[in-house]
Amino acid sequence: MFQASEHNLRSKRREALFRTLFALMTLVLIVPVVVIIGTLVVKGAPVISFEFLFTDPINGMTEGGIFPALIGTVWLVAVALLVSVPLGVAAAVYLSEFAPDNWFTRLINLAIINLAGVPSIVHALFGVGAFVLFFRFGTSILAASLTLAIMTLPVVIVATLESLRAVPLAFREACWNMGATRWQTIRLVVLPNAVSGILTGIILEVSRTSGETAPIMFTGAAFFLPYLPESVFDQTMALSLHLFVMTTQVPGVPEHLPYGVALVLIGLVLAMNALSIAFRVYLRQRKKW
Amino acid sequence: MLPSDQSSAYDPLRKPPKFAIRTNGLNVWYETFQALFDIDLNIRHGKVTSLIGPSGCGKSTLLRCFNRINERLGYVRTEGSINILDHDISTPGTSLAQLRKQVGMVFQRPNPLPVSIRKNVLFGLDLHHEGSAPHGRSERDNIVEEALRQVLLWDAVKDRLDQKATALSLEEQQKLCIARLLPVKPIILLMDEPCSALDPEGTEAVEELIWTLRGSYTIVIVTHNMAQARRASEECCFMLLGKMIEHTRTKEMFVTPKNKETADYIEGRYG
Repeated sequence: MFQASEHNLRSKRREALFRTLFALMTLVLIVPVVVIIGTLVVKGAPVISFEFLFTDPINGMTEGGIFPALIGTVWLVAVALLVSVPLGVAAAVYLSEFAPDNWFTRLINLAIINLAGVPSIVHALFGVGAFVLFFRFGTSILAASLTLAIMTLPVVIVATLESLRAVPLAFREACWNMGATRWQTIRLVVLPNAVSGILTGIILEVSRTSGETAPIMFTGAAFFLPYLPESVFDQTMALSLHLFVMTTQVPGVPEHLPYGVALVLIGLVLAMNALSIAFRVYLRQRKKW
Repeated sequence: MLPSDQSSAYDPLRKPPKFAIRTNGLNVWYETFQALFDIDLNIRHGKVTSLIGPSGCGKSTLLRCFNRINERLGYVRTEGSINILDHDISTPGTSLAQLRKQVGMVFQRPNPLPVSIRKNVLFGLDLHHEGSAPHGRSERDNIVEEALRQVLLWDAVKDRLDQKATALSLEEQQKLCIARLLPVKPIILLMDEPCSALDPEGTEAVEELIWTLRGSYTIVIVTHNMAQARRASEECCFMLLGKMIEHTRTKEMFVTPKNKETADYIEGRYG
């Protein structure tokens, strides 16, 4: 009575086929990651040393370390965040908590999405036009970081919006009904409960920003500048551009050197991601509802 | 209370008016849909009044007019007057913060904030007296204890005041949501189906609580549970399709309803 019919068996075989197919496609996904990281570790690891990390490049970048580039990347990312985080979080709070739902706010949302879709080289040219030339910042950390900030703004806004929207409406209602103003509600209830998501978004953004090359190469990152920047109006080296220059512009660079730089860069990114995940886990454990 | 508000604010030393809430020709629209029609209602001070009626009859809408929380939805239009303790709350001089301090609201689903029990109770107080709230540990402890005692929750939670409020049972959460309103000394408590998320024991406990708060506060409960209206209220309003059909003492309504629609509803012929 309960024996499988021919039709049942065929359905079952088909299911097995598709399951295997999809599993294989998932496997294909991880292959590039493993290959990239594997190659970098194998070829780059021997280069990594204390000297490599903390000394200047010498002999036309064919020898020495990456210290100025490492510090430069930190500068660029830090200044970019100083601009994009307050701006992005404030904009997201406004859009999520205050703005009425009308054509204008929909237009703003559309603009944010489009800003996220602009290619980085276009951001770079905008940065040259706006910050380097119009505002006369010259090619400097400031100009490069502002360009990066503009580029990361949409991601900060979207991450913040999503974490704000994840805070249950009931919390806001509870507050409003006790006579809280919107700002009191945001400050006392919404932001404390959204902060983990916002921080996660920001840390992920740091990791992406630190790898960007195009937006900084015309606006503030220098080809070869073996000393440290002293203010935001100086130019600086950066890891990503350093890697690009080494591999394409300079003859006679030993093969393993760029791999070392790439390994440091990707290590930085992975460390940031790990930090963000750890942070999220920690904050999730603390909040329960 | 802010000094500038004193002239218009409720003075607890003055003899309270007979009616805590009076509405006159109250009409409410959600965009083009009219939810309330010419509601003239006088709710007695210090009594428990229940609003009953089938789903969609406008009882929650009416309740939400009394602390103007309706306005948060941008598409609501209100006409007519609402007087709370003899003050028209639609005048431009009305501070929403002050209004909602005097007129607290409890929801269908308990909505404690995701902080400790203690912080939940003190939240409203700190909100309304930012910077000038009572500082002393013992003073604040007394406020917390008094509020939790009033809602019959003290004995159950006194040893875990620093635990998350969201870890309490639903019944305890709902009591906490009521307790949270008390430190700012409200006059009116609005309750929107306060028991509908609770099990029978929780319902009984919250009803009992409502009964003990009677007299100290004017309480308005929206309920779809007629037995509850009968047990836990002194006056009862029956609404149907946005109109106020009947408003009498609860005992009379359930024994000798004047109106045929009321009689049909309470006998369960529709609803």
